[in-house]
Amino acid sequence: MAAIHYKQRIKSLQSLIALLLLCIVLTILTDKFFTADNGLNVLRQTAVNICIATGMTLVVLTAGIDLSVGSVLALCGAIAAGLLKNGIALQATDTYIGFTILGVILVAIIVGAVLGWFNGFVITKFNVPPFVATLAMLTIARGFTMLYTKGQPISNLGAKFAFIGAGSFLGIPVPVWIALAVVLIAAFITRQTRLGRYIYAIGGNETAARFSGINISAVKMIVYALAGAMAAIGGIIVTSRLDSAQPNAGSSYELDAIAAVVIGGTSLSGGRGTIWGTVMGAIIIGVLNNGLVLLNVSPFWQQVVKGAVILLAVIIDKLDKKD
Amino acid sequence: MLIARNITKKFAGVTALNNVNLELHAGKVNAIVGENGAGKSTLMKILSGVYTQYEGDIIFKGNKVRFASTREAEDAGIAIIHQELNLVPHLTIAENIFLGKELTNSWGMLDKAKMNSHTKRLLEKVNLNLRPDTLISKLKVGQQQLVEIAKALHANAEVIIMDEPTSAITDKEVDHLFAIIDELKAEGKIIVYISHKLKELFLKADRYTVLRDGADITSGDMSTISQEELVEKMAGRKVVIEKNISDAIYNEPLLQVKNISLKNAQDAGSYLVKDVSFTLHKGEILGLYGLMGAGRTELIETIYGLHPGLGKGEIVIEGAPKKITAPARAIASGIMLVPEDRKLQGLCLGLGVRKNISVAVLKQLEENGLFLNMRKETALAKDYIQLLNIKTASQNTLSRNLSGGNQQKIVIAKWLAKNPKVLLLDEPTRGIDVGAKSEIYKLIRELASTGVGVLVVSSEIPEVLALANRVLVMCEGEITADMPVADATEANMLTSAIHKN
Repeated sequence: MAAIHYKQRIKSLQSLIALLLLCIVLTILTDKFFTADNGLNVLRQTAVNICIATGMTLVVLTAGIDLSVGSVLALCGAIAAGLLKNGIALQATDTYIGFTILGVILVAIIVGAVLGWFNGFVITKFNVPPFVATLAMLTIARGFTMLYTKGQPISNLGAKFAFIGAGSFLGIPVPVWIALAVVLIAAFITRQTRLGRYIYAIGGNETAARFSGINISAVKMIVYALAGAMAAIGGIIVTSRLDSAQPNAGSSYELDAIAAVVIGGTSLSGGRGTIWGTVMGAIIIGVLNNGLVLLNVSPFWQQVVKGAVILLAVIIDKLDKKD
Repeated sequence: MLIARNITKKFAGVTALNNVNLELHAGKVNAIVGENGAGKSTLMKILSGVYTQYEGDIIFKGNKVRFASTREAEDAGIAIIHQELNLVPHLTIAENIFLGKELTNSWGMLDKAKMNSHTKRLLEKVNLNLRPDTLISKLKVGQQQLVEIAKALHANAEVIIMDEPTSAITDKEVDHLFAIIDELKAEGKIIVYISHKLKELFLKADRYTVLRDGADITSGDMSTISQEELVEKMAGRKVVIEKNISDAIYNEPLLQVKNISLKNAQDAGSYLVKDVSFTLHKGEILGLYGLMGAGRTELIETIYGLHPGLGKGEIVIEGAPKKITAPARAIASGIMLVPEDRKLQGLCLGLGVRKNISVAVLKQLEENGLFLNMRKETALAKDYIQLLNIKTASQNTLSRNLSGGNQQKIVIAKWLAKNPKVLLLDEPTRGIDVGAKSEIYKLIRELASTGVGVLVVSSEIPEVLALANRVLVMCEGEITADMPVADATEANMLTSAIHKN
């Protein structure tokens, strides 16, 4: 009994231990790693991935996947930038609607949630595999981003808006605060709410969940909507940090998010994993990126190392499950 | 001739076959009959190399054989055609027949022409007028069965075991199958025929062997026995069964099921459940007995809202008609199901005991409609773990790590927490040890005494007799008997359960 608990605790700390080891090694190898500046830098760079990966975790816990988050991020970021800069001008009635910063943030999050909800709708109502449905959305959302931006960046959004991505509050970058809020909300959902319990039940055994009277479609649609909303939040941060909405922003971000989820110990077959693990996974990827740069490792090798770490994480997880 | 001598097979303490002797004659149709659980399947799995651990000998063509795999049995000439056919739907007939033994040309490439022409000859033999490159998914069940036979012929099988071959095919296809059986007989093959349909057995079989409770009771020529005698031999049991007879009168209708039918999704025009009606009263335990494939599970699944597009009929709870199109609706109406397969349908094995018990009542545990009150949840789980005597190390122990009996108790606890009006239990004690079984019986009786209506589906006659106040028997999708338990006997239940025409 005690042994089992001990083992479970070790397991939940596994990714934290890996992260600490990584940090120790980098501290020894380079004197620039272990500084407050660099630490905040890593967190600032990781914040966007934490937001996206948190949403991705909810989806993966239901045994799904969301490949569209990178494109959704780009579209929502572009809409936020476009509305902030140009508002909506209705020529027919000769009216102009301007948007506050809070207004564009709200609109972007709602658009992200609706796109995500649509993913969930297609997946549950037409029985389309999540891989395919969200792959289609990846292309569709990217296409709309190109249409909306006409393929050009939307830049110069003002100092106030730039504060979201580049500013600091109490000495900590604003994106880190935002990511923290997203993580706390998601952790609350998974641990303390009915929705969270249903997410684990559906991922663990969808048939049993259905037999128990859980509305599978509703839960999945909410989960994909949350993932879309969190991607939108990532989009706002990215747009603000660059002071520009790039039409090709967020390309392949879904892969980093999935990597964080997997390294964090969440099972791709659903039902098992934690938000905490994903946060660790995202930070491990961030530290690894940062450390490899500091060590002057060529960008090409960086990709190889990152891939190897993902493989290692999954293999350790599999070996662990065997006994 | 194939002789099995003193075959004994044990599963984790349970004896499935006890010293069974079997003789299969060449050029004859050898029928093997017995109730569910009599050991027919186990015996066939030993003959065909599925089970490799057993005591006893198999003598085939004068030599002692012992197969280490199904492939070895197949190579030796023993083929089994399972009830659930084993063909790959997206491959062609020829590709299926040559699966794993593909012919190649001198370049190492697949020799499709040769395989197709070979297949064509085989299909002619089984009178199946189709091109060898037809996809299996385009075939009807009966045609797929013929492909399986062609596959067996291709493997030069001398023993062909057919498990319930007519359970899913039309009368015309049955005639077709019988003609082929006659041909195979004439060629001197050993046909093993397993069926619940007595009429077929008396029409086609030459010899019979009766299995009961894992032992061979008797065997002989079909011509020397009558239908009544055969049923008697299948049923006759030494143990005295304790019936649940009481003076209580149940007259307050709780669940009325009216004209429930369920279409067969695989075979348009046929029905898995045909026009079934019955009433379950408050506090009553209804036992539903039937053989495999009688439509029992399909009936309660239809009541539970699992086949919204295919099922029809009326369900009335306490006088109010209910439209049940999903399990959630059934549960809202007070109908709850303990499903047949607790691991696949009843539990989230990767979640802890507590979370499985509370999953259906989370709404009641919510505070301010927002977060779950964990203290309430823990208390609830604690109550039910005590009440049902669930043996678990802690509330967080994964359900996967509990024994079958304790897992089943979790599923029952889940519904008790939700206060069911009607509890449907499908094979509630399958794979559960004797101790846990009697605990579950006690629980069911106590539940009924509080006014819950209980419907127990079971393949075991003793179980039905031990639990039920009233007995229903199903056969081929229809209710064939509805009687008080006092009138029910093993013989009349079995008679009602066996297809006769």
